[in-house]
Amino acid sequence: MANVAVPQSEYQAPKERGWYKRNEIAVTPWLFLIPGILFFMVYVIIPIFQSFYYSTLSWDGLGEAQNVGLANYAELWDDGAFYTSLKNNFIWLALYLLAIPAGLFIALLLNQTVWGIRLYKSLFFFPFVISQVVVGLVFGWFYDPTFGLFNIALGWFGLGPINVLGDEAYVTYGIIAAGLWPQTAYCMILYLTGLNAVDPEQIEAARLDGAKRLKMLWYVVVPQLKPATFIAFVVTIIGALRSFDLISIMTNGGPFGSSRVLSFYMFEVALSEYGFRMGYGAAVAVVLFLIMLVFITYFLYSMYNEEKGR
Amino acid sequence: MFPTPIEKSTPGVQIAYKAMLPVALLVWLAPLLAVALFSIKPDADFTTGNYWGWPTSFEGFANYGLVFGSDMPRYMLNSLLITIPTVIGCIILSSMTGFALGIYKFKANIWVFFMFVAGNFVPFQILMVPVRDLTLDMGLYNTIPGLVLFHIAFQTGFCTLFMRNFIRALPFELVEAARVEGISEFRIFWFVIMPLMKPALAAMAVLIFTFIWNDYFWAVVLTQGVESQPVTAGITSFNAQFRAAYHLMSAGSIVAALPPVAMFFLMQKHFIAGLTLGAVK
Repeated sequence: MANVAVPQSEYQAPKERGWYKRNEIAVTPWLFLIPGILFFMVYVIIPIFQSFYYSTLSWDGLGEAQNVGLANYAELWDDGAFYTSLKNNFIWLALYLLAIPAGLFIALLLNQTVWGIRLYKSLFFFPFVISQVVVGLVFGWFYDPTFGLFNIALGWFGLGPINVLGDEAYVTYGIIAAGLWPQTAYCMILYLTGLNAVDPEQIEAARLDGAKRLKMLWYVVVPQLKPATFIAFVVTIIGALRSFDLISIMTNGGPFGSSRVLSFYMFEVALSEYGFRMGYGAAVAVVLFLIMLVFITYFLYSMYNEEKGR
Repeated sequence: MFPTPIEKSTPGVQIAYKAMLPVALLVWLAPLLAVALFSIKPDADFTTGNYWGWPTSFEGFANYGLVFGSDMPRYMLNSLLITIPTVIGCIILSSMTGFALGIYKFKANIWVFFMFVAGNFVPFQILMVPVRDLTLDMGLYNTIPGLVLFHIAFQTGFCTLFMRNFIRALPFELVEAARVEGISEFRIFWFVIMPLMKPALAAMAVLIFTFIWNDYFWAVVLTQGVESQPVTAGITSFNAQFRAAYHLMSAGSIVAALPPVAMFFLMQKHFIAGLTLGAVK
């Protein structure tokens, strides 16, 4: 190497170093962070606080805004549509979580080495890649009372026909089922990679101890899948609370607003033919945000503990 | 099932398993197969009630031809013009933020990181009114750049999480060795870390492409016309135009869904690596 020959003294040359050079390691991260933080502040962090402010206004988005204090929240308190949406949000949260065990089940099913299994895994993942707009459309036809496969299948058992999307009692469940389809695929792929990391020695040891099937699964395999489960939980909760596309496409909130959730209701009051009530919409969004905040706090708390553990 | 490899079970079980796979797959993808079937049927099949039977004639070319003769190509182009700059923007921003948060130890590090993560988790609706307002004020409402700017900003949260975790897992000795050699921090970023980031960036690019291509909410909130709406929003107006024309709606849906699907199959490895990065240490 050429620089071996350089006399030692030349390395001690830097006498006058600039401010940047002296503080390079402290300053550089901020230089790299500035563009990202700036973008994120302007479009994400500041708007969150702005929404809190907007929720105290009566404003149509164009004219003069009027400060009405907490009147929007008072109105929410007596708003039947709000309670319907809130109730549906909790149904979404509870049932959407089924994607996690369902995804684990399919992952276990496909976690074998037979010919062509890679292709099977990819094809099972397919629904997640497709836009929810298309998923909504497809499931709309699936439930169609005149020709939908769902009612044809019910007919085999002498049941139906049920107009799932036209019936207040079933509509939310029908939409959730449509949402579970891509979400299960997502959880499946998380678990498939998680399963790759399962320690075969522990499995063998447990087998020698006589652990079998469900016991093996629950006490040996599932604990090792904890990181995958955590991510699956995070993305499923977020997905449940963000549900908008499917509702908008499949029922547009109907029949009679019975399939609304907060995220859809918010959009409806702020940006649709029901009038441009930005303040009221923001108030709905704030409630949704506060529900999400419970989960965000938990997620961050878990991540914080893990970071400390490293 | 799982812990026992299938090779160790009896031949009967093995055959049953192999026979079950295609059946399960068919059931799983039935809704999609239905759409594919619909898209090659003639209009007449639907009026005569032949929904699920064999198509009476193959009208695939006619149906898809009609789709390409409509506004759909324009919507597809819009989607590309929205998606590709967003992917590039995200790669630039998050390789920098990921580098800063993954390599340097400073007090605010974890809090900046948590800001990105928390922001990435918020429901879109809390941002809707202010972001729409901001976009209007900038004169970017109903334009492609308006949508792109927001997408870049929002996705930076996820991408930072992704890149930072990836960079954390790299051997830190590389950076230390480079520092001992007296290499500047910028050059460490560009010549030491950047080459190592490539697989992660590829994985992330596929993911972001899919996310943005499939976005519907922001397309509806920030755009409204054929000159700027992406295909997810376009397909709804296409469908309104051809209401009850199931063969055309199906063909349109398939065309709209195709790019992310193609992306997924071309870059399968990256995609799956991307989704599971962070799930498994």
